[in-house]
Amino acid sequence: MLERSVNPACPATAVVLSGVGIIGYGAYLPRYRIKVEDIAHQWGMDPNSMKRGLMLEEKTVPALDEDTITISVAAARDAIKRAGINPQEIGAVYIGSESHPYAVKPSGTVVAEALGICPDVHVASYEFACKAGTEAMWVSHGLVKAGEVKYALAIGADTSQGAPGDALEYSASAGGAAFIMGRDKVVAEIMATYSYTTDTPDFWRREYEHYPQHGGRFTGEPAYFKHVLGAAREILKRTNLKPSDFAHAVFHMPNGRFPQQASKMLGFTKEQMETGWIVSWMGNTYSGSSPTGLAAILDIAEPGQLVLLVSFGSGAGSDGFVFKITEQIKEVQNKANKVRDLLFNNRIYIDYGMYAKFRRKIRMSSE
Amino acid sequence: MPSPRYAKEIPQRYRLEANKCSGCGEVFFPPRLICPKCKGEKFEPTRLSEKGKIDSFTTIRVAPKQFANETPYTVAVVALDGGVRITTQVVDCKPEDIAIGKPVRLVFRKIQEEGKGGILCYGYKAVLS
Ligand SMILES: [Zn+2]
Repeated sequence: MLERSVNPACPATAVVLSGVGIIGYGAYLPRYRIKVEDIAHQWGMDPNSMKRGLMLEEKTVPALDEDTITISVAAARDAIKRAGINPQEIGAVYIGSESHPYAVKPSGTVVAEALGICPDVHVASYEFACKAGTEAMWVSHGLVKAGEVKYALAIGADTSQGAPGDALEYSASAGGAAFIMGRDKVVAEIMATYSYTTDTPDFWRREYEHYPQHGGRFTGEPAYFKHVLGAAREILKRTNLKPSDFAHAVFHMPNGRFPQQASKMLGFTKEQMETGWIVSWMGNTYSGSSPTGLAAILDIAEPGQLVLLVSFGSGAGSDGFVFKITEQIKEVQNKANKVRDLLFNNRIYIDYGMYAKFRRKIRMSSE
Repeated sequence: MPSPRYAKEIPQRYRLEANKCSGCGEVFFPPRLICPKCKGEKFEPTRLSEKGKIDSFTTIRVAPKQFANETPYTVAVVALDGGVRITTQVVDCKPEDIAIGKPVRLVFRKIQEEGKGGILCYGYKAVLS
Protein backbone atom coordinates (compact mmCIF):
# COMPACT_ATOMS: atom_id res chain seq x y z
CA MET A 1 0.00 0.00 0.00
CA LEU A 2 2.86 2.37 0.81
CA GLU A 3 4.51 2.12 -2.62
CA ARG A 4 1.47 3.74 -4.16
CA SER A 5 1.97 7.06 -2.41
CA VAL A 6 5.73 6.94 -3.07
CA ASN A 7 5.43 6.45 -6.82
CA PRO A 8 1.89 7.09 -8.07
CA ALA A 9 2.95 6.78 -11.72
CA CYS A 10 3.93 3.14 -11.23
CA PRO A 11 1.82 1.87 -8.38
CA ALA A 12 1.73 -1.81 -9.28
CA THR A 13 4.92 -2.94 -7.65
CA ALA A 14 3.76 -6.54 -7.61
CA VAL A 15 3.36 -6.60 -11.41
CA VAL A 16 6.36 -7.39 -13.60
CA LEU A 17 5.80 -5.64 -16.93
CA SER A 18 6.33 -7.94 -19.90
CA GLY A 19 6.49 -5.22 -22.54
CA VAL A 20 3.66 -6.93 -24.47
CA GLY A 21 0.49 -5.08 -25.35
CA ILE A 22 -1.62 -3.47 -28.03
CA ILE A 23 0.42 -2.04 -30.94
CA GLY A 24 -2.53 -1.13 -33.18
CA TYR A 25 -6.31 -0.97 -32.81
CA GLY A 26 -9.34 -0.23 -34.95
CA ALA A 27 -13.12 -0.28 -34.71
CA TYR A 28 -16.03 -0.41 -37.11
CA LEU A 29 -19.72 0.44 -36.74
CA PRO A 30 -22.33 0.14 -39.51
CA ARG A 31 -23.88 3.45 -40.62
CA TYR A 32 -27.52 2.42 -40.14
CA ARG A 33 -29.37 3.27 -36.91
CA ILE A 34 -32.78 2.64 -35.41
CA LYS A 35 -34.07 4.73 -32.51
CA VAL A 36 -35.31 3.00 -29.35
CA GLU A 37 -38.58 4.93 -29.64
CA ASP A 38 -39.27 3.40 -33.08
CA ILE A 39 -38.90 -0.11 -31.66
CA ALA A 40 -41.07 0.83 -28.64
CA HIS A 41 -43.83 2.22 -30.90
CA GLN A 42 -43.85 -1.00 -32.93
CA TRP A 43 -44.69 -3.04 -29.81
CA GLY A 44 -46.97 -0.50 -28.09
CA MET A 45 -44.45 0.22 -25.32
CA ASP A 46 -43.84 3.65 -23.78
CA PRO A 47 -40.72 5.00 -25.55
CA ASN A 48 -39.61 7.20 -22.67
CA SER A 49 -39.74 4.49 -20.05
CA MET A 50 -37.84 2.11 -22.36
CA LYS A 51 -35.17 4.78 -22.99
CA ARG A 52 -34.88 5.63 -19.30
CA GLY A 53 -34.95 2.02 -18.13
CA LEU A 54 -32.24 0.83 -20.50
CA MET A 55 -30.40 4.18 -20.79
CA LEU A 56 -30.37 3.73 -24.58
CA GLU A 57 -31.12 6.23 -27.36
CA GLU A 58 -30.47 4.26 -30.54
CA LYS A 59 -28.51 1.28 -31.86
CA THR A 60 -26.47 0.35 -34.93
CA VAL A 61 -28.00 -1.94 -37.57
CA PRO A 62 -25.88 -3.88 -40.06
CA ALA A 63 -26.61 -3.42 -43.78
CA LEU A 64 -27.79 -6.50 -45.68
CA ASP A 65 -24.22 -7.10 -46.90
CA GLU A 66 -22.54 -6.70 -43.51
CA ASP A 67 -21.77 -9.50 -41.04
CA THR A 68 -19.16 -10.46 -38.45
CA ILE A 69 -16.64 -11.15 -41.24
CA THR A 70 -17.00 -7.77 -43.01
CA ILE A 71 -17.03 -5.87 -39.69
CA SER A 72 -13.86 -7.74 -38.65
CA VAL A 73 -12.08 -6.86 -41.91
CA ALA A 74 -12.97 -3.16 -41.59
CA ALA A 75 -11.83 -2.95 -37.94
CA ALA A 76 -8.66 -4.98 -38.59
CA ARG A 77 -7.64 -2.80 -41.55
CA ASP A 78 -7.61 0.22 -39.23
CA ALA A 79 -5.66 -1.76 -36.60
CA ILE A 80 -3.02 -2.67 -39.21
CA LYS A 81 -2.86 0.98 -40.37
CA ARG A 82 -2.23 2.13 -36.80
CA ALA A 83 0.34 -0.61 -36.09
CA GLY A 84 2.13 0.17 -39.35
CA ILE A 85 3.20 -3.46 -39.81
CA ASN A 86 3.34 -5.88 -42.72
CA PRO A 87 0.17 -8.03 -42.27
CA GLN A 88 2.15 -11.15 -43.26
CA GLU A 89 4.00 -10.89 -39.94
CA ILE A 90 0.75 -11.57 -38.04
CA GLY A 91 1.01 -15.16 -36.80
CA ALA A 92 -2.45 -15.59 -35.29
CA VAL A 93 -5.95 -14.35 -36.15
CA TYR A 94 -8.60 -14.94 -33.49
CA ILE A 95 -12.18 -13.75 -33.84
CA GLY A 96 -14.62 -13.80 -30.96
CA SER A 97 -18.29 -13.60 -31.93
CA GLU A 98 -21.73 -14.96 -31.17
CA SER A 99 -22.76 -14.45 -34.80
CA HIS A 100 -20.10 -16.12 -36.91
CA PRO A 101 -21.69 -16.32 -40.41
CA TYR A 102 -20.75 -19.99 -40.77
CA ALA A 103 -21.63 -22.65 -38.19
CA VAL A 104 -18.64 -24.62 -39.48
CA LYS A 105 -15.78 -22.61 -41.11
CA PRO A 106 -13.94 -20.05 -38.99
CA SER A 107 -14.61 -16.39 -39.82
CA GLY A 108 -10.86 -15.87 -39.55
CA THR A 109 -10.21 -17.84 -42.74
CA VAL A 110 -11.97 -15.19 -44.82
CA VAL A 111 -10.68 -12.29 -42.69
CA ALA A 112 -7.02 -13.41 -42.83
CA GLU A 113 -7.28 -13.91 -46.59
CA ALA A 114 -8.84 -10.47 -47.10
CA LEU A 115 -6.09 -8.86 -45.01
CA GLY A 116 -3.31 -10.66 -46.93
CA ILE A 117 -2.12 -12.66 -43.90
CA CYS A 118 -2.54 -16.22 -45.31
CA PRO A 119 -1.11 -18.88 -45.32
CA ASP A 120 1.47 -18.60 -42.47
CA VAL A 121 -1.09 -18.02 -39.71
CA HIS A 122 -2.97 -19.80 -36.92
CA VAL A 123 -6.72 -19.09 -37.11
CA ALA A 124 -9.52 -19.84 -34.65
CA SER A 125 -13.03 -18.71 -33.74
CA TYR A 126 -13.94 -17.98 -30.15
CA GLU A 127 -17.39 -18.15 -28.58
CA PHE A 128 -18.46 -17.13 -25.09
CA ALA A 129 -21.59 -14.99 -25.49
CA CYS A 130 -20.55 -11.34 -25.12
CA LYS A 131 -16.99 -11.95 -23.95
CA ALA A 132 -15.66 -13.84 -26.97
CA GLY A 133 -13.79 -10.71 -28.11
CA THR A 134 -11.78 -10.38 -24.91
CA GLU A 135 -11.06 -14.13 -25.03
CA ALA A 136 -9.38 -13.55 -28.41
CA MET A 137 -7.42 -10.65 -26.83
CA TRP A 138 -6.47 -12.82 -23.86
CA VAL A 139 -5.06 -15.66 -25.98
CA SER A 140 -3.34 -13.27 -28.43
CA HIS A 141 -1.58 -11.55 -25.54
CA GLY A 142 -0.48 -14.91 -24.12
CA LEU A 143 0.94 -16.17 -27.43
CA VAL A 144 2.98 -13.00 -28.02
CA LYS A 145 4.19 -13.03 -24.42
CA ALA A 146 5.28 -16.68 -24.80
CA GLY A 147 7.19 -15.79 -27.96
CA GLU A 148 5.12 -18.15 -30.15
CA VAL A 149 4.17 -15.43 -32.65
CA LYS A 150 5.53 -11.95 -33.35
CA TYR A 151 2.09 -10.35 -33.74
CA ALA A 152 -1.41 -11.66 -33.03
CA LEU A 153 -4.69 -10.12 -34.22
CA ALA A 154 -7.67 -10.32 -31.85
CA ILE A 155 -11.15 -9.24 -32.94
CA GLY A 156 -14.48 -8.99 -31.14
CA ALA A 157 -17.39 -8.46 -33.53
CA ASP A 158 -21.10 -9.28 -33.66
CA THR A 159 -24.35 -8.74 -35.53
CA SER A 160 -26.54 -10.37 -32.92
CA GLN A 161 -30.27 -9.94 -32.60
CA GLY A 162 -33.04 -10.58 -30.12
CA ALA A 163 -36.41 -12.07 -30.99
CA PRO A 164 -38.98 -9.50 -32.23
CA GLY A 165 -40.66 -7.87 -29.22
CA ASP A 166 -38.09 -9.27 -26.77
CA ALA A 167 -36.27 -6.80 -24.50
CA LEU A 168 -33.04 -7.71 -26.30
CA GLU A 169 -34.39 -6.19 -29.50
CA TYR A 170 -33.87 -2.70 -28.04
CA SER A 171 -30.17 -3.29 -27.45
CA ALA A 172 -28.74 -6.01 -29.77
CA SER A 173 -26.65 -4.17 -32.36
CA ALA A 174 -23.68 -4.58 -34.71
CA GLY A 175 -20.03 -3.56 -34.65
CA GLY A 176 -16.60 -4.61 -33.53
CA ALA A 177 -13.03 -3.77 -32.65
CA ALA A 178 -9.64 -5.27 -33.53
CA PHE A 179 -6.37 -5.25 -31.59
CA ILE A 180 -2.90 -6.30 -32.69
CA MET A 181 -0.73 -7.57 -29.84
CA GLY A 182 3.01 -7.23 -30.09
CA ARG A 183 6.21 -6.34 -28.28
CA ASP A 184 7.53 -3.29 -30.15
CA LYS A 185 5.87 0.11 -30.50
CA VAL A 186 3.31 -0.85 -27.85
CA VAL A 187 0.58 1.80 -27.37
CA ALA A 188 -1.13 0.14 -24.38
CA GLU A 189 0.92 -2.29 -22.35
CA ILE A 190 -0.99 -5.12 -20.66
CA MET A 191 -0.05 -5.00 -16.99
CA ALA A 192 -2.35 -7.78 -15.83
CA THR A 193 -5.12 -10.13 -16.89
CA TYR A 194 -7.60 -12.04 -14.75
CA SER A 195 -10.56 -14.24 -15.64
CA TYR A 196 -13.55 -15.18 -13.45
CA THR A 197 -15.87 -17.99 -14.63
CA THR A 198 -18.78 -20.05 -13.19
CA ASP A 199 -21.61 -22.20 -14.55
CA THR A 200 -24.57 -19.77 -14.53
CA PRO A 201 -27.70 -20.38 -16.66
CA ASP A 202 -28.47 -16.72 -17.41
CA PHE A 203 -28.55 -16.82 -21.21
CA TRP A 204 -28.11 -19.51 -23.85
CA ARG A 205 -29.01 -20.68 -27.32
CA ARG A 206 -29.32 -24.34 -28.24
CA GLU A 207 -28.07 -25.54 -31.60
CA TYR A 208 -30.53 -24.91 -34.50
CA GLU A 209 -32.48 -22.34 -32.44
CA HIS A 210 -32.57 -18.94 -34.15
CA TYR A 211 -32.87 -16.69 -31.09
CA PRO A 212 -31.24 -17.00 -27.68
CA GLN A 213 -33.24 -17.46 -24.46
CA HIS A 214 -32.56 -15.84 -21.13
CA GLY A 215 -33.36 -16.99 -17.64
CA GLY A 216 -35.01 -13.76 -16.49
CA ARG A 217 -34.00 -13.63 -12.82
CA PHE A 218 -30.49 -14.88 -13.61
CA THR A 219 -29.48 -11.99 -15.89
CA GLY A 220 -28.71 -9.24 -13.37
CA GLU A 221 -27.38 -9.95 -9.87
CA PRO A 222 -26.10 -13.57 -10.13
CA ALA A 223 -24.75 -13.13 -13.65
CA TYR A 224 -23.57 -9.69 -14.83
CA PHE A 225 -22.85 -8.12 -11.45
CA LYS A 226 -21.36 -11.18 -9.75
CA HIS A 227 -18.88 -11.77 -12.57
CA VAL A 228 -18.02 -8.15 -13.48
CA LEU A 229 -17.52 -7.17 -9.84
CA GLY A 230 -15.71 -10.45 -9.10
CA ALA A 231 -13.22 -9.94 -11.94
CA ALA A 232 -12.73 -6.22 -11.26
CA ARG A 233 -12.15 -6.64 -7.50
CA GLU A 234 -9.69 -9.50 -7.96
CA ILE A 235 -7.60 -7.80 -10.68
CA LEU A 236 -7.41 -4.64 -8.52
CA LYS A 237 -6.28 -6.75 -5.58
CA ARG A 238 -3.66 -8.61 -7.60
CA THR A 239 -2.21 -5.41 -9.10
CA ASN A 240 -2.42 -3.53 -5.80
CA LEU A 241 -4.42 -0.78 -7.54
CA LYS A 242 -7.52 1.14 -6.47
CA PRO A 243 -10.23 2.71 -8.68
CA SER A 244 -8.78 6.22 -8.31
CA ASP A 245 -5.50 5.04 -9.93
CA PHE A 246 -7.32 4.69 -13.28
CA ALA A 247 -8.01 7.41 -15.83
CA HIS A 248 -10.61 5.28 -17.64
CA ALA A 249 -12.66 2.14 -17.09
CA VAL A 250 -14.95 0.20 -19.40
CA PHE A 251 -17.26 -2.66 -18.50
CA HIS A 252 -19.41 -4.82 -20.77
CA MET A 253 -22.43 -2.75 -21.86
CA PRO A 254 -25.55 -4.95 -22.34
CA ASN A 255 -27.52 -1.73 -21.77
CA GLY A 256 -26.63 1.69 -20.45
CA ARG A 257 -27.59 1.03 -16.85
CA PHE A 258 -25.65 -2.14 -15.87
CA PRO A 259 -22.11 -0.76 -16.41
CA GLN A 260 -23.03 2.48 -14.61
CA GLN A 261 -24.32 0.52 -11.61
CA ALA A 262 -21.28 -1.79 -11.58
CA SER A 263 -18.88 1.16 -11.73
CA LYS A 264 -20.64 2.87 -8.83
CA MET A 265 -20.49 -0.31 -6.71
CA LEU A 266 -16.75 -0.53 -7.40
CA GLY A 267 -16.08 3.14 -6.66
CA PHE A 268 -15.43 4.50 -10.16
CA THR A 269 -16.63 8.00 -11.03
CA LYS A 270 -18.76 9.23 -13.94
CA GLU A 271 -15.67 10.89 -15.43
CA GLN A 272 -13.74 7.62 -15.49
CA MET A 273 -16.63 5.88 -17.26
CA GLU A 274 -17.57 8.64 -19.71
CA THR A 275 -15.22 7.86 -22.63
CA GLY A 276 -15.82 4.13 -22.89
CA TRP A 277 -19.58 4.29 -22.19
CA ILE A 278 -20.75 4.50 -25.82
CA VAL A 279 -23.65 2.07 -25.45
CA SER A 280 -26.36 4.74 -25.45
CA TRP A 281 -25.77 5.40 -29.18
CA MET A 282 -24.20 2.10 -30.23
CA GLY A 283 -26.37 -0.48 -28.46
CA ASN A 284 -24.99 -3.81 -27.29
CA THR A 285 -22.52 -5.11 -29.88
CA TYR A 286 -22.01 -8.28 -27.79
CA SER A 287 -18.43 -9.49 -28.37
CA GLY A 288 -17.62 -6.03 -29.73
CA SER A 289 -19.04 -4.14 -26.73
CA SER A 290 -16.26 -3.55 -24.19
CA PRO A 291 -13.54 -3.87 -26.90
CA THR A 292 -15.11 -0.97 -28.86
CA GLY A 293 -15.38 0.98 -25.60
CA LEU A 294 -11.65 0.36 -25.14
CA ALA A 295 -10.97 1.61 -28.70
CA ALA A 296 -12.90 4.81 -27.86
CA ILE A 297 -10.68 5.24 -24.80
CA LEU A 298 -7.48 4.64 -26.80
CA ASP A 299 -8.64 7.36 -29.25
CA ILE A 300 -8.14 10.02 -26.57
CA ALA A 301 -5.90 8.37 -23.93
CA GLU A 302 -2.74 10.11 -22.68
CA PRO A 303 0.65 8.52 -22.01
CA GLY A 304 0.99 7.14 -18.48
CA GLN A 305 -2.74 6.66 -17.92
CA LEU A 306 -4.11 3.37 -16.58
CA VAL A 307 -7.21 1.76 -18.13
CA LEU A 308 -9.38 -1.05 -16.70
CA LEU A 309 -11.46 -3.26 -18.98
CA VAL A 310 -13.85 -5.93 -17.69
CA SER A 311 -15.95 -7.90 -20.17
CA PHE A 312 -18.89 -10.19 -19.43
CA GLY A 313 -20.17 -13.24 -21.25
CA SER A 314 -23.30 -15.10 -20.23
CA GLY A 315 -22.84 -18.64 -19.17
CA ALA A 316 -20.95 -16.97 -17.42
CA GLY A 317 -17.59 -15.25 -17.11
CA SER A 318 -15.64 -11.99 -17.08
CA ASP A 319 -12.17 -11.15 -18.38
CA GLY A 320 -10.28 -8.28 -16.77
CA PHE A 321 -7.35 -6.34 -18.28
CA VAL A 322 -5.23 -3.53 -16.87
CA PHE A 323 -3.56 -1.40 -19.56
CA LYS A 324 -0.88 1.24 -19.22
CA ILE A 325 -0.85 3.81 -22.05
CA THR A 326 2.58 4.60 -23.53
CA GLU A 327 4.04 7.63 -25.37
CA GLN A 328 3.50 5.72 -28.66
CA ILE A 329 -0.29 6.26 -28.41
CA LYS A 330 0.14 9.79 -29.77
CA GLU A 331 1.72 8.38 -32.96
CA VAL A 332 -1.29 6.20 -33.84
CA GLN A 333 -4.45 7.97 -32.66
CA ASN A 334 -4.95 9.99 -35.86
CA LYS A 335 -3.92 7.29 -38.33
CA ALA A 336 -7.38 5.70 -38.72
CA ASN A 337 -11.10 6.11 -37.90
CA LYS A 338 -12.02 7.14 -34.36
CA VAL A 339 -14.95 5.50 -32.56
CA ARG A 340 -16.82 8.75 -31.88
CA ASP A 341 -16.64 9.67 -35.59
CA LEU A 342 -18.04 6.24 -36.52
CA LEU A 343 -20.70 6.74 -33.85
CA PHE A 344 -21.90 10.24 -34.71
CA ASN A 345 -20.93 10.98 -38.35
CA ASN A 346 -22.87 9.83 -41.43
CA ARG A 347 -25.68 8.09 -39.57
CA ILE A 348 -28.58 6.77 -41.70
CA TYR A 349 -31.81 6.33 -39.72
CA ILE A 350 -34.23 3.57 -40.69
CA ASP A 351 -37.75 2.80 -39.49
CA TYR A 352 -38.95 -0.52 -38.03
CA GLY A 353 -40.17 -1.83 -41.39
CA MET A 354 -36.79 -1.28 -43.02
CA TYR A 355 -35.12 -2.69 -39.89
CA ALA A 356 -37.18 -5.89 -40.13
CA LYS A 357 -36.11 -6.26 -43.75
CA PHE A 358 -32.44 -5.60 -42.93
CA ARG A 359 -32.45 -8.14 -40.11
CA ARG A 360 -34.44 -10.64 -42.19
CA LYS A 361 -37.21 -10.73 -39.60
CA ILE A 362 -39.67 -10.96 -42.49
CA ARG A 363 -39.35 -13.66 -45.09
CA MET A 364 -39.08 -12.48 -48.69
CA SER A 365 -40.96 -14.36 -51.41
CA SER A 366 -37.60 -14.92 -53.09
CA GLU A 367 -36.20 -16.88 -50.11
CA MET B 1 -21.23 -26.66 -54.57
CA PRO B 2 -19.18 -23.47 -54.48
CA SER B 3 -18.20 -22.24 -57.88
CA PRO B 4 -14.49 -22.94 -58.57
CA ARG B 5 -14.33 -19.49 -60.18
CA TYR B 6 -15.04 -17.77 -56.83
CA ALA B 7 -12.06 -19.41 -55.11
CA LYS B 8 -9.81 -18.65 -58.09
CA GLU B 9 -10.80 -14.97 -58.02
CA ILE B 10 -10.19 -14.44 -54.27
CA PRO B 11 -6.95 -12.43 -54.77
CA GLN B 12 -8.85 -9.96 -56.97
CA ARG B 13 -12.13 -9.95 -55.04
CA TYR B 14 -10.58 -9.66 -51.55
CA ARG B 15 -7.33 -7.78 -52.11
CA LEU B 16 -7.68 -6.01 -55.49
CA GLU B 17 -4.58 -7.77 -56.80
CA ALA B 18 -3.72 -6.76 -60.35
CA ASN B 19 -0.64 -7.02 -62.55
CA LYS B 20 1.39 -4.41 -64.34
CA CYS B 21 3.08 -5.01 -67.71
CA SER B 22 6.85 -4.61 -67.30
CA GLY B 23 7.07 -3.55 -70.95
CA CYS B 24 4.54 -0.71 -71.25
CA GLY B 25 3.36 -0.20 -67.64
CA GLU B 26 -0.32 -0.93 -68.35
CA VAL B 27 -2.19 -2.30 -65.28
CA PHE B 28 -4.60 -5.22 -65.76
CA PHE B 29 -7.47 -6.21 -63.50
CA PRO B 30 -8.05 -9.09 -63.52
CA PRO B 31 -4.40 -9.93 -64.19
CA ARG B 32 -3.44 -11.12 -67.70
CA LEU B 33 -0.79 -13.45 -69.05
CA ILE B 34 -0.05 -11.52 -72.26
CA CYS B 35 -0.25 -7.72 -72.61
CA PRO B 36 -2.76 -6.84 -75.36
CA LYS B 37 -0.97 -3.51 -75.89
CA CYS B 38 2.70 -4.52 -76.33
CA LYS B 39 2.40 -8.34 -76.36
CA GLY B 40 4.77 -8.42 -73.37
CA GLU B 41 4.72 -11.50 -71.14
CA LYS B 42 6.51 -10.05 -68.10
CA PHE B 43 4.37 -8.61 -65.30
CA GLU B 44 4.85 -7.41 -61.75
CA PRO B 45 2.12 -7.76 -59.09
CA THR B 46 0.39 -4.57 -57.98
CA ARG B 47 -2.67 -3.56 -55.97
CA LEU B 48 -5.43 -1.26 -57.15
CA SER B 49 -6.15 1.93 -55.23
CA GLU B 50 -9.19 1.75 -52.94
CA LYS B 51 -10.12 5.30 -53.96
CA GLY B 52 -11.79 6.52 -57.13
CA LYS B 53 -14.81 8.33 -58.54
CA ILE B 54 -18.07 7.40 -60.21
CA ASP B 55 -17.84 7.32 -64.01
CA SER B 56 -21.38 6.16 -64.77
CA PHE B 57 -24.13 4.34 -62.92
CA THR B 58 -27.51 2.67 -63.20
CA THR B 59 -30.15 1.94 -60.57
CA ILE B 60 -31.53 -1.60 -60.48
CA ARG B 61 -35.20 -1.87 -59.49
CA VAL B 62 -35.97 -5.37 -60.77
CA ALA B 63 -33.13 -7.64 -59.72
CA PRO B 64 -32.15 -11.29 -60.18
CA LYS B 65 -33.65 -13.56 -57.51
CA GLN B 66 -30.66 -13.55 -55.12
CA PHE B 67 -30.53 -9.74 -55.00
CA ALA B 68 -34.33 -9.15 -54.91
CA ASN B 69 -34.38 -8.02 -51.26
CA GLU B 70 -31.72 -5.35 -51.93
CA THR B 71 -33.68 -3.31 -54.53
CA PRO B 72 -33.43 -0.50 -55.39
CA TYR B 73 -29.64 -0.56 -55.57
CA THR B 74 -27.05 1.10 -57.75
CA VAL B 75 -24.32 -0.42 -59.86
CA ALA B 76 -21.60 1.94 -61.05
CA VAL B 77 -18.50 2.00 -63.18
CA VAL B 78 -15.83 3.39 -60.86
CA ALA B 79 -12.59 4.91 -62.18
CA LEU B 80 -9.99 4.07 -59.53
CA ASP B 81 -6.98 6.29 -58.89
CA GLY B 82 -4.38 4.87 -61.27
CA GLY B 83 -6.79 4.48 -64.17
CA VAL B 84 -8.36 1.03 -63.84
CA ARG B 85 -12.17 0.93 -64.16
CA ILE B 86 -14.28 -1.58 -62.24
CA THR B 87 -18.02 -2.29 -62.12
CA THR B 88 -19.39 -2.50 -58.59
CA GLN B 89 -22.40 -1.90 -56.39
CA VAL B 90 -22.53 1.43 -54.49
CA VAL B 91 -23.92 0.86 -50.98
CA ASP B 92 -24.82 2.69 -47.73
CA CYS B 93 -26.65 5.47 -49.61
CA LYS B 94 -29.86 6.17 -51.48
CA PRO B 95 -29.82 5.95 -55.29
CA GLU B 96 -30.50 9.71 -55.45
CA ASP B 97 -27.29 10.47 -53.51
CA ILE B 98 -25.17 9.06 -56.35
CA ALA B 99 -23.85 11.27 -59.17
CA ILE B 100 -21.15 11.09 -61.84
CA GLY B 101 -17.82 12.38 -60.52
CA LYS B 102 -18.59 11.72 -56.83
CA PRO B 103 -15.60 10.30 -54.90
CA VAL B 104 -15.92 6.75 -53.55
CA ARG B 105 -13.80 4.22 -51.71
CA LEU B 106 -13.94 0.43 -51.84
CA VAL B 107 -14.99 -1.62 -48.81
CA PHE B 108 -15.17 -5.37 -48.07
CA ARG B 109 -18.75 -6.67 -48.12
CA LYS B 110 -20.82 -9.78 -48.68
CA ILE B 111 -21.64 -10.04 -52.40
CA GLN B 112 -24.05 -12.97 -52.38
CA GLU B 113 -25.07 -16.21 -50.73
CA GLU B 114 -25.00 -19.34 -52.85
CA GLY B 115 -28.46 -20.50 -51.78
CA LYS B 116 -29.59 -21.09 -48.18
CA GLY B 117 -26.91 -23.64 -47.29
CA GLY B 118 -24.18 -22.67 -49.76
CA ILE B 119 -21.03 -20.61 -49.36
CA LEU B 120 -21.00 -16.89 -48.68
CA CYS B 121 -19.24 -14.84 -51.36
CA TYR B 122 -17.35 -11.71 -50.31
CA GLY B 123 -15.66 -8.96 -52.29
CA TYR B 124 -15.43 -5.22 -52.84
CA LYS B 125 -18.23 -2.66 -53.06
CA ALA B 126 -18.08 1.13 -53.20
CA VAL B 127 -19.30 3.65 -50.61
CA LEU B 128 -19.44 7.43 -51.08
CA SER B 129 -16.44 9.01 -49.36
ZN1 LIG C 1 2.47 -4.04 -72.20
